[in-house]
Amino acid sequence: MSIQTPLGRVRGLGSAKSGVEHFWHQRLTAAALVPLTVWFVWIVARYAGAPHADVVTVLGHPINAALMLLFVVAGLYHMALGLQVVIEDYITTKGMKIAALFLVNFAAFAIAMICAVAVLRIAIRF
Amino acid sequence: MSEARSKRPLSPHMQIYKWPVTMGTSILHRITGVGLGIGTLVLAWWLVAASLGPDAYAVFETAAFHWFGRFVLFGFSLALVYHALNGIRHLTWDMGYGFKVETANFSGLITYGATAVVTLVVWIAAYASMGAF
Repeated sequence: MSIQTPLGRVRGLGSAKSGVEHFWHQRLTAAALVPLTVWFVWIVARYAGAPHADVVTVLGHPINAALMLLFVVAGLYHMALGLQVVIEDYITTKGMKIAALFLVNFAAFAIAMICAVAVLRIAIRF
Repeated sequence: MSEARSKRPLSPHMQIYKWPVTMGTSILHRITGVGLGIGTLVLAWWLVAASLGPDAYAVFETAAFHWFGRFVLFGFSLALVYHALNGIRHLTWDMGYGFKVETANFSGLITYGATAVVTLVVWIAAYASMGAF
């Protein structure tokens, strides 16, 4: 016997009005980031200190460029979701909380966009 | 009476409270997560510098190879490895496994050990690829 109203049960979105979407997306990006992180760490360790020409040749390869784009997008989305929880836990003032959430989401989109343009530029130029 | 009182459990206090393993791994997951968020700026700098050309890339490399740059990158790699390994631990919990106290404590200690080993191996591999050995 649930104390949920029938309408609430039909919508299934709970008090946060978004259901399990946040939780689920956090896990989806986490699962995607496991293999992507292995690849990223390998690339960085292998090409640390390598000449610029070698680095851009590797990063410019279509497969590597695609993997880097996936890493950046999944990583920054994962970051935005994670920092949202941290902000909601520690910042209790409503105005401050909304301001911090704006900042985190703007920063995530901006950094993701900058990284994506850089990766595409490497892929096209080199 | 005073002796009996001294044996009673005390309420948690900073100086006497023994942190359970799972509490340490949990707060470290969050701290490393926030740290990695800041670290995305370094990732962006690396990619932008590489996309601009050899001159911009040389500036990035100078900063990266400076002792403070290496210190930051070491912290970044440590945080990345820990967050990834402990993330796998979280995903197994999400699937419903490993919740017994002893299991969770053990997997936490394994994660600490694996983080140290993997980070060290990555740095040895990086220096080896630069021909340091």
